[in-house]
Amino acid sequence: MTEADAAHSAEHPPYLAHHFTDIEQQNESGTMGMWLFLLTEIMFFGGLFATYAIYRLKYFEGFHEGSRHLNYQLGAFNTAVLIGSSLTMALAVRYAQLGRRKALIAFLILTMVLGIAFIGIKLNYEWTADYHEGLIPWMGFHVEGANAAAVRLFFCFYFFMTGLHALHMVIGLGIMCVLLRMAAKGRFDSGYFAPVEITGLYWHFVDIVWIFLFPLLYLIGGLY
Amino acid sequence: MSAALAEAPPETRVHYLNADYGIKSWLLTTDHKRIALLYLATITLMFFVGGAMAVMMRLHLIDPAGGLVHPDTFNKLFTMHGVVMIFFFLIPSIPAVLGNFLVPLMVGAKDLAFPRINLLSWYIFIVGAALTLYAMVSGGVDTGWTFYTPYSTTYANSQVMATALGVFVSGFSSILTGLNFIVTIHKMRAPGLTWFRMPLFLWAIYATSIIQVLGTPVVAIAIFLVGLERLFHVGIFDPAVGGDPILFQHLFWFYSHPAVYIMILPGMGVISEIITCFSRKKIFGYSFVAFSSMAIAVISFLVWGHHMFVTGMSVYAALIFSVLSFLVAIPSAIKVFNWTATLYQGSISYQAPMLYALGFIGLFTMGGLTGLFLASLATDVHLNGTYFIVAHFHYIMVGGAVMAYLGAIHFWWPKITGRLYPDLWARLAAAIVFIGFNLTFFPQFMLGYLGMPRRYATYPAEFQVLNVMSSAGASILGLGYLIPLVYLIWSIRYGPIAPANPWRAKGLEWETSSPPPTQNFDVPPVVREGAYAYGPPGSEQEGAHD
Repeated sequence: MTEADAAHSAEHPPYLAHHFTDIEQQNESGTMGMWLFLLTEIMFFGGLFATYAIYRLKYFEGFHEGSRHLNYQLGAFNTAVLIGSSLTMALAVRYAQLGRRKALIAFLILTMVLGIAFIGIKLNYEWTADYHEGLIPWMGFHVEGANAAAVRLFFCFYFFMTGLHALHMVIGLGIMCVLLRMAAKGRFDSGYFAPVEITGLYWHFVDIVWIFLFPLLYLIGGLY
Repeated sequence: MSAALAEAPPETRVHYLNADYGIKSWLLTTDHKRIALLYLATITLMFFVGGAMAVMMRLHLIDPAGGLVHPDTFNKLFTMHGVVMIFFFLIPSIPAVLGNFLVPLMVGAKDLAFPRINLLSWYIFIVGAALTLYAMVSGGVDTGWTFYTPYSTTYANSQVMATALGVFVSGFSSILTGLNFIVTIHKMRAPGLTWFRMPLFLWAIYATSIIQVLGTPVVAIAIFLVGLERLFHVGIFDPAVGGDPILFQHLFWFYSHPAVYIMILPGMGVISEIITCFSRKKIFGYSFVAFSSMAIAVISFLVWGHHMFVTGMSVYAALIFSVLSFLVAIPSAIKVFNWTATLYQGSISYQAPMLYALGFIGLFTMGGLTGLFLASLATDVHLNGTYFIVAHFHYIMVGGAVMAYLGAIHFWWPKITGRLYPDLWARLAAAIVFIGFNLTFFPQFMLGYLGMPRRYATYPAEFQVLNVMSSAGASILGLGYLIPLVYLIWSIRYGPIAPANPWRAKGLEWETSSPPPTQNFDVPPVVREGAYAYGPPGSEQEGAHD
């Protein structure tokens, strides 16, 4: 025990927190913590998805009609942008593992650019257009017809779900700013890259939420 | 080694309490033991705030016409009593105070896996509590702690937003605490501490944490939607625009029923520790007690419908929920039987923690069995919405969870503070709490059975005798809670110095000195035996040192 202790303090790298015995334990704990956090996120979004599913069944026609107001081309384009950002994020993790600092920084920036592009398209082309068409339920909503109430409910879900998703992306972008700073200072090497890996998990999760949101919101209206 | 340390004069020994001084050393600490004390101070305050409201309600109900407060104020009192006691006392009580203190000690680690997140969760809790207290002093809230729609979204003219926000925020504190415990128990156990050598308190905390992590986000989203509904009138829960108010109840109880087990499961873990120590015996059926915690955690997610038998649900759904609710009694009964079997032929001593533990077993059994009345469809129709419900859940929450919490505080107090409290006063307080509790809540079973509805500021004169009994009991109970507050605070300064292991208990937390050093253990511990390796009576297998 004492020899192990001595060895432990001798090879105590600066990034190993004092309460972990070794870097492996630290990394495993961090990764597990993030997976558990994602589990809570699944339950969080799950509550919204379940509520959505109930009203989708109850007001089939209205949700169908509401979906047709959305611009599925922009939605599809944004899906591609987000999947692309997941690819660049995965590459950033890979270059962090290899200890290649410049490539890591480049791919982090690329991921952020794609993330900002996604939010920009959403804000500038979709939500603004929705506003002008009177589709925002609490800001001059005016949709006529027999299903108007259900269409309004559909748009409530649309804005809550995409809004919550966008909020998660903004948080992810904030974390990436921190990573970028750490990477620029040379804090990562092939022995220590856990923060990049854990942020990657989060980013992919946000991506997957969108993969479910896109068909549920944009595509249920059918082809036309 | 620990015995030698305990004998050293306390002034010369550096431990977590005297390692650093000043307000900053507390507010910026990442030491799990100090964070536990921050929680202890916060929830003790909340307990007495919530308790004061209960006192006012009981005073009000002495008179059938209810003379003390305005009926609207009464509505606010029971609402805020519920909100404060559930979200700001019971849910954080054992996990955030004793779990925080004990989990790293029991697994033999230096700290929780994420010490900074641990501190963050306390700050989040403080923000939530501050919002709720703000709501309270700026007009209060009158929806009932359940925030039922459409009253909470459309009609209530009180501080629903601030309270809901407070509850929403405090939920993240609960999630982060649970997450921290799960990772710590998985990844940071000392060498030799296998899953089935863990103290049962850790199993209970583990099961609790799973519920916290899986359930809390759902109530968060439900409360989030209530807030949006109030702000924008979106109509998800509003029948006037096509929404469904009962959907809110489903979302709410999906969390809030498991939340009942967040409150009681850690208490069950505490009882397993105390019963074994004070009967000097290994627990009867270790793995059954361990797995019953997990079974309760799993089944608790499948029974939420039993809160809604009379609010509109298909008869088949009600049948399924009724059967599932009966199922949850099985693991609970396993625990009670196993504790009782542990007592059998043990060499029992009746120190204060043991009195609380024995009280817990009796009161929890009554609370649990009356729960079966409410899980059966026919009796539930009669009893729903009456004082029977109030009595039932107070037997679980107060008779169960609070008794276990007080038992735990008394059991680990020497470890936490390094001081002993006066045992005679502690036993007296335990007896007063037990008597006061039963006098307060047993009459409420009868009131409910006779048909007195809950949440009313007035009642027919025929119910007065039982109501006066209940109010009298509440004053005894209040006294029972004040006595420990006094002597425990007294003991911090004037109590005799505690040895490392005053109860001759087993478990890693007793192997280190009292109070423990900041790093918890001077030498990283190695576990060589299973939990509760108490020798046969008379053999005096002392301590767990290798």
